[in-house]
Amino acid sequence: MYSRTYKSLVSAPPLLWIAFFLLLPYALMFAHSFWLVQDGVLVHHWNLDNYKKLMSNPVYLGVLFRTVRIAASVMFCSLLLGYPLAYYLSFHVRARKELLYQLVIVPLWVSYLVRGYAWKTILGSDGVLNGVLQYLHITHEPVSFLLYSPFAVVLTLTHIYTPFVFLPIYASLEHIPRPLVEASQDLGAGPRSTFVRVILPLSMPGLLAGATFAFVLSLGDFLAPLLVGGSSSTMIANVVQSLFGAAYDWPLGSAISICILILIIGLLFLTERLEKRWSFK
Amino acid sequence: MNRDSSVRRSPLLAIYAILVFAFIYLPVVALIVYSFNRAGVGGFPPRQLTLDWYRQLFADGPIWDSVLNSLIVALGAVALSLTLGLLAALALDRAAFVGKELFRRVVLLPLILPGIITGLSLLMFASIASLQLSLWTVFLGHGTALISVATTELFAGLQKMDRAQEEASLDLGATPWQTFWRVTLPNLKLSLIAAGLLIFTLSMDEIAVTFFLIGRDSTLPLEIWGRLRRGITPEINAISTLIFVISVALIVVWYRIRTRSIGAEAQQLLEGP
Amino acid sequence: MSSAATTPGVAAAAEAALLEIREVAKRFGTRDVLTSITLNIAAGEFLTLLGESGSGKTTLLRLIAGFEAPTAGEIWMGGERLDPQPPYQRRVNTVFQNYALFPHLNVRENIAYGLKVKGTANVEVVDRVSQALAMVKMTGFAAARPSRLSGGQQQRVALARALVNRPQLLLLDEPLSALDANLRKQMQSELKALQREIGITFLFVTHDQEEAMALSDRIALLRDGALEQVASPREIYAHPATAYTAQFIGQTNVLRGEIRNGIATCGILRWPLEEADGPALFSLRPECIRFSPEGPRRNTEVKFRGAIHQQLYAGASELLEVDCGAGQVLRVRVPACGSLTGKHDFVFSIADAIRVHE
Repeated sequence: MYSRTYKSLVSAPPLLWIAFFLLLPYALMFAHSFWLVQDGVLVHHWNLDNYKKLMSNPVYLGVLFRTVRIAASVMFCSLLLGYPLAYYLSFHVRARKELLYQLVIVPLWVSYLVRGYAWKTILGSDGVLNGVLQYLHITHEPVSFLLYSPFAVVLTLTHIYTPFVFLPIYASLEHIPRPLVEASQDLGAGPRSTFVRVILPLSMPGLLAGATFAFVLSLGDFLAPLLVGGSSSTMIANVVQSLFGAAYDWPLGSAISICILILIIGLLFLTERLEKRWSFK
Repeated sequence: MNRDSSVRRSPLLAIYAILVFAFIYLPVVALIVYSFNRAGVGGFPPRQLTLDWYRQLFADGPIWDSVLNSLIVALGAVALSLTLGLLAALALDRAAFVGKELFRRVVLLPLILPGIITGLSLLMFASIASLQLSLWTVFLGHGTALISVATTELFAGLQKMDRAQEEASLDLGATPWQTFWRVTLPNLKLSLIAAGLLIFTLSMDEIAVTFFLIGRDSTLPLEIWGRLRRGITPEINAISTLIFVISVALIVVWYRIRTRSIGAEAQQLLEGP
Repeated sequence: MSSAATTPGVAAAAEAALLEIREVAKRFGTRDVLTSITLNIAAGEFLTLLGESGSGKTTLLRLIAGFEAPTAGEIWMGGERLDPQPPYQRRVNTVFQNYALFPHLNVRENIAYGLKVKGTANVEVVDRVSQALAMVKMTGFAAARPSRLSGGQQQRVALARALVNRPQLLLLDEPLSALDANLRKQMQSELKALQREIGITFLFVTHDQEEAMALSDRIALLRDGALEQVASPREIYAHPATAYTAQFIGQTNVLRGEIRNGIATCGILRWPLEEADGPALFSLRPECIRFSPEGPRRNTEVKFRGAIHQQLYAGASELLEVDCGAGQVLRVRVPACGSLTGKHDFVFSIADAIRVHE
């Protein structure tokens, strides 16, 4: 039905644009990771030094592990918050379901920065939370560990990504045909049993998608540590950022970025495999 | 027919759900409340209500300059992403070509990868191409990164569309060009609006990519960011509240449009032959 | 002709009722979907809930399965009150309309589900599942996923999945409606044979009256949430209680007229009838009318003349539309006889004009 001209006209512009403005830049980054900076100048000398530096330097490895830990914490916490909320909305709410769904989505549209800033004002020594605690006489002095700690980073990122995690899980749950739930009960399985045997397995694709989102986006985040993390919560993206800024070393920064990229792409392949296995049509 | 008898009452789960809800909303609520607090951010409870911070905000020149910059970039990004995204969606839907799978994945990369990686690669590209960093580079970055949003949304819209309509149009004598404008695009109206709204919002809020591509002129998020580095002022609460209110208004508008056109479709189905 | 009492189901109903539905009503919002249903189902019988969509038959089924609770009334089974129990505690299993097979489990796991949930020993599970597979002739498909099966195959698996639990009552929610005509007929006969063989009580829901007639020991006809008539197929066909029943089950001519001084008059038809004066409604089945032979009419018969203005050929028989004048049209079913025209004489026995209510 579509002529060859049509197909070419339609495919060419986006293909070219993507190749030029997306693939090429990524390739540039890849190339940079094999170059060097000597005496403050970029030298196009192909080598693997940057990667060696990365693998052997305990500082970098430490930051990487901390980043993975934080990302994993965010993933678990947002799942713990997002899944029950999605389940409740999907299976336990009848009236105004659509409205409540929209209400959960609204925060997604509100600026990341705004939400990060909100936590900054809440967790600070003279922030809202400390104010409440003192007002209620639960504490008498400001609690200082709330802000400028990995805890604050995990808290902020969990807050930001819980709706992200909610979305695909909710979609998955809504897709489960209700007769399946009835059939399970008809065959003798109570609500808990039905959840474990039928609902949870069938919601796996959504759960995987949500978890991946939260983990991957947290992994590469550099704003939250700067806002609420303080110096004890430097994440790998902050390292990259400084290498492209004050600590001028584009090649090293590129090498780290490529490592992050490979890690993420590997993860995505893994989840895609799992998702294929666990999506039952 | 779905009478959800599987809907049961579980008070524990309900309480938990409410708590999660509160967790999602309370920080924003606190932000809004404190934007009216004379004593500024922090402390509890907020004592004197004032509009001072808003007054200060409205008198703040640089902020509004950055708002204008953000708007320009956002609208440009919408135009660029929608155009290329529409073409990409059409290509994915209708054309078979070498590297189609690769193309599909690459298009989605900016969505999945942390913004810093996309931003830095584009920075390197700009540097090699001797492009000066400015709003143009920001526009380029946003437009390119957000093509994936447009593509995903429009592709879904195309899949839902009834092919027979295009065939009918061709059968009745319209050329493919005419068919595109008279049949395909109108069918995609909802998807276009959804994608447009989303791209606009994402662009207005974009920090990671913008961070590395910004020149002299600032966008709103980066302007706020700059001030945050210098210290907290409740003026930021005020602008944040405004951003929140506008975001919610956009959602309401979007919701109205969607339900009205879903309603119209349902109406047509009911009144049909 | 056939006495109601000789039908096995009906006789049993009087003594060993397995399920008692006592004045059950169900309301959704402002809509009364079921109004005061009272019905007993005997152990071992094949009872069909028959009705149009919206008649409440599926709702009644769901009340018995436990997915809805009655607004009024009670349901008892085996001497115990059933309606407060949740579905997973009832000795009742359902075959769902679209089968509701679990997509993430294969056929064997689907069938074993109910047994696994109750913690049945593995050895016993394997044994019973194999039996169930053999019973529905799906042994070769044990490891297949539901998505790979045809509609008919899925239906068998759904049946096996329910029956393997040896329920006291099996509910079937229009299980054959998604199958094509030939497969449907085949499954009907298999279902009937199966029920006879295992002796479990079947409660079958359908809107297809032919299906109901072919399968059931008794039919419960539902209309707008109330029971119109409950009887064996032969009884309900030969002695419909109302015009609705007569028209829903099989085809009929509804004759509207009155009785005056011992004579029933419906349009051009008149016959003696010893009943009280007043308006009357009769059901006359098309196959009870035949061509009138030569000679005088017997006084147990009614003769009339009419013009054939439509003839529908159906292989073994013809359905004639006969215009008797003054707007009265009767449908007549005769054995296949080639093309007909003009006016003809017809006759039927007075006994075949069944008096019915509105």
